[in-house]
Amino acid sequence: MFPIVHTRRLSDAVFEMGVEAPRIARKARAGQFLILRADEAGERIPLTFSDWSAEEGWIRFIFMQVGKTTHKLSHLEVGDSLADVVGPLGVPTYTDDLGRVAVVGGGVGAAVAYPVARAMAEAGAEVTVILGARTADLLILREEFEALPVRLQIVTDDGSVGEKALVTAPLKRLCEEGAIDHAMAIGPAIMMKFCAETTREFGVPTTVSLNPIMVDGTGMCGACRVTVGGETKFGCVDGPDFDGHAVDFEELMSRQRVYNEEEREADAEYARGCRCHE
Amino acid sequence: MSRVESGAGAEKPRHKPSRGPRVAMPERPAAERAQDFDEVPLGYTEEMAHAEAMRCIQCKNPTCIDGCPVNIDIKSFIAHMIDRDYPAAVSVLKERNALPAICGRVCPQEEQCEIVCVLARKGEPVAIGRLERWLGDYDLACELEGRCVPEVAPATGMRAAIVGSGPAGLACAGELARLGNAVTIFESLHATGGVLTYGIPEFRLPLDIVEAEIDLLAQMGVEIVTDAVIGATYTLDELLGEEGFDTVFIGAGAGLPVFLGIPGENLNGVYSANEYLTRVNLMRAYEFPHADTPVARGRKVAVVGGGNVAMDAARTALRLGAEEVFLVYRRTEDEMPARKEEVHHAAEEGVAFKMLCSPVEILGREGFVTGLVANRMELGEPDESGRRAPVCVMGSEFEIECDTVIIAVGTRANPLVLQAAPGLELSSRGYILTDDDGATNLPGVYAGGDIVTGAATVIEAMGAGKKSARAMDRWMRERG
Repeated sequence: MFPIVHTRRLSDAVFEMGVEAPRIARKARAGQFLILRADEAGERIPLTFSDWSAEEGWIRFIFMQVGKTTHKLSHLEVGDSLADVVGPLGVPTYTDDLGRVAVVGGGVGAAVAYPVARAMAEAGAEVTVILGARTADLLILREEFEALPVRLQIVTDDGSVGEKALVTAPLKRLCEEGAIDHAMAIGPAIMMKFCAETTREFGVPTTVSLNPIMVDGTGMCGACRVTVGGETKFGCVDGPDFDGHAVDFEELMSRQRVYNEEEREADAEYARGCRCHE
Repeated sequence: MSRVESGAGAEKPRHKPSRGPRVAMPERPAAERAQDFDEVPLGYTEEMAHAEAMRCIQCKNPTCIDGCPVNIDIKSFIAHMIDRDYPAAVSVLKERNALPAICGRVCPQEEQCEIVCVLARKGEPVAIGRLERWLGDYDLACELEGRCVPEVAPATGMRAAIVGSGPAGLACAGELARLGNAVTIFESLHATGGVLTYGIPEFRLPLDIVEAEIDLLAQMGVEIVTDAVIGATYTLDELLGEEGFDTVFIGAGAGLPVFLGIPGENLNGVYSANEYLTRVNLMRAYEFPHADTPVARGRKVAVVGGGNVAMDAARTALRLGAEEVFLVYRRTEDEMPARKEEVHHAAEEGVAFKMLCSPVEILGREGFVTGLVANRMELGEPDESGRRAPVCVMGSEFEIECDTVIIAVGTRANPLVLQAAPGLELSSRGYILTDDDGATNLPGVYAGGDIVTGAATVIEAMGAGKKSARAMDRWMRERG
């Protein structure tokens, strides 16, 4: 069992959770993920680390309540435990010799962008973070990013905070100014797709952090397969980072939807017995 | 043990062999069993087991023993069964096989020990596998009730780490513990048993049996750490360094599923057999939505492959409510690597065999599978495997309507192994290179099972685990 040592509600449906897991905390690196199981009947879901402390022995992740598992997680408090947490899994994000880099964090993707931007800055990169959300209430980790040695550009779809734009607008300006040597986009698949489309014409290498469905997370099942440059890759052991210009995003988005119906059914069933609907 | 030796060398016949037919093992009717995940064969009663043992003629030069990958002294254990001295029979069996209740169920005895039984020349061989199964169950019941506990040698003060809790790891752990070593198993999943838990369905190997075998290891003092991925959570160097282990056995399993490399393979509804079986067996997707993990409940399911895993997937699809399940295989039933018994069970339960068919494309609409296009094949000259090679019949393409496709054509090595120990010597295909005892090129590091041999049987993995355990024990003692 993995004791929960921290919880924080970042917005209406987005939560941060910290878990005591000294073994994993010792090894975690930016861009890697964990797989958790909330309880004995739980499914295994992958979540990328948002933060960790090797010294204090904890790891953190951020999730949006979208289905039964994240619904369950949203009700857990400090003192509760998760049945299983395993990791760190996946290849860490490449951070060396990047020069000038734009890190785009869209929506909950900001959770992953945070340690990635931090690690890149620590490795000597000149980092511009583009933090985007639909609206001010959904913008997360602003203070954390402000504390990093990075330039921060905030955009919202409705202009309620920062520039009224999509994340691709400042990204395109950076490309046009010749101000970046590399881009990293983390967020919903559709956002990563448009970021990659934006940088493609400028020839700016662009890494994306994919979030396919997984089961074991160690290469054994192949649920997470993605097509990159015409080849099938496994998100869990070959990724989660891939060349954004080579990823088949349409396929990724289609595969992410495979259990939409089942997820609705499971969450509806769970919600009937759930305390938040009493 | 002295009794065993006198039995093996006995000249005078100890019994008058029965001339009766092979004792059938009761099975649940196909129509009933295809509705649930309970075990299909019900096992012998003691009287059935004894009657079957009585058919053994106790050959002076038994051939069955050589047919067994781990050389179980089959003649001796059957001799003890004839005498109804079951504890003695168990001790002979367990000399070579740590987990008889499991092997008795999943070993392909018909092509190992039974095929070379002298009785098979003129009739039906002794049902060695069924006897093993009965003895294994007898032993489990006995040990779990505390009537007989495995003997453990005095503590050596040495510590062994085992990577993976599948058949190789369990056998290795059991033997090392029996020899007096402190043993810790590291398992990457949340549950123990490896392929015995995530891969082999309960209708063939009930989880209770696997759990009971693992409980016995725990009773012997074996510690099990789940959620620990070697190469991620721990490295090999850490196990041998700061974690204080004297030796490590890697039994990580074969790893990555192989796909066909045909168009449409990443459509929704296409699964590797590993994923499909893991969702159902390990994650209990058949209890969805009470268990959280979903799986496609296909109406028409095509399973590609001809091995045991393909049979397991096809029979699982039936149990999840499929109206039609097709088994698509590019050769014929004769060339199928699956056990005859499993092929027979699958056919009985209603799996339709589409032989001499090779998939060329998976069709889909809006991201989901709608069909499978295959070529007709015919058999040509034998290939390097000795089986007649399938040759494509030109212009023979046809479509099978289906909403789910399960690919069961094997596995390849997992790259996480290299991450665990960059210095480890691997074959060109990524499997770990070892000597006959399972020793790798790194001192104190041993390996066995599918991560060494590529996909093989449970008994071969257990044999490798047990053999390595003895070598590891020697290595630790010599090093002091």
